[in-house]
Amino acid sequence: MHGDGTREAARESPDSDQPITDQVSDADEGQVAARSGSRHGAPKAPRRRDARRSGEGLRDGSAAGKKPRSRADLVRTGVAGLGQTLITFGLVVLLFVVYELFVTDLFTNQRQEELTQELRQNWGDDPTVSGPDLPGGGLSSIPLGEGFAFIRIPAFGVDYVKVVIEGTDPDELEQGPGHYVDSAMPGELGNFSLAGHRVGKGSPFLDLDRLQPGDAVVIETSDMWFTYVVLGDPTTGNFDADPSGIPGLEIVSPQDVDVVFPIPGVDDSSGEPTAAYLTLTTCHPKFSAEQRLIIHAILNGPGLPRADYPDGPPALTGG
Amino acid sequence: MYTWIWRVLPGGLPGKLVGSLVLLAGVSALLLFIVFPWVEPMLPFNDITVE
Repeated sequence: MHGDGTREAARESPDSDQPITDQVSDADEGQVAARSGSRHGAPKAPRRRDARRSGEGLRDGSAAGKKPRSRADLVRTGVAGLGQTLITFGLVVLLFVVYELFVTDLFTNQRQEELTQELRQNWGDDPTVSGPDLPGGGLSSIPLGEGFAFIRIPAFGVDYVKVVIEGTDPDELEQGPGHYVDSAMPGELGNFSLAGHRVGKGSPFLDLDRLQPGDAVVIETSDMWFTYVVLGDPTTGNFDADPSGIPGLEIVSPQDVDVVFPIPGVDDSSGEPTAAYLTLTTCHPKFSAEQRLIIHAILNGPGLPRADYPDGPPALTGG
Repeated sequence: MYTWIWRVLPGGLPGKLVGSLVLLAGVSALLLFIVFPWVEPMLPFNDITVE
């Protein structure tokens, strides 16, 4: 039993504190001494005492070099502790990256499914209370954080559909693309502006830089389809060649709020907007918040009633 | 620290292995579901709006 304890302590001594070994063997010896004291004349006692003496001799020999060794141990323990702390910190940072890139996607996708069901249910259950009055505005009628429309981008695949949330605070944006509360509503004259995460949180706007002039962005509301097309020249792919003078794609600094003005890029908001624009904003480059990637699109034709087009506008059905 | 945890965990080698995994899972869950969501809004990576 004692022997086991000593051996175990000795085995662990390379990566544990040396004093533990000393303590255990001290206790061991004390008990051996006590036992040998109580059993005078027992044949084993002298032998054990001898063994103890020889062990003591060994320990004395090692005790001579104890001081420098314990200092080395102290340094070793300190360095090992620092190393462990740094490795632990590194693993935590790595886990945070995994969280940002993958785990937030799980949260957001789950939330999007809930929001989709809620919205479909709201629209289906009671068609008379059909969310916002469209296209006549009704900004204040949508509470922050409530889904009110779907955005579809056929260029990102037929399954690309996200619920648009009212508001652009972090709480809203972690659920899906968010609507700038002061901007126009879908189909309205003005600038229907959305912000969305580039990487993580479902990455709704990950591939905005792959859009080409003429690509469709379809907004589905409670009763209408609105098809916007990205500005620019579809034949040459030049974003800056749009007759309106508004680029289809631009990269701006985070302070350039004029991209979400009623007429994008026109600082004078006194004039009535004459066209219905759509603006998407996300961060740029990927994994950074240094700049903003902006997509401008314009409403292509009037909104189509969902009652007449249950499967979607031509941009979705390929017609 | 890890040496100490390993020494303190009961149950021989299987028990220690199970105990380690449980501890690891617990710490990961704490970080992923409580610490990271709490600390994230204070970090600058997620600004995507113009303001």
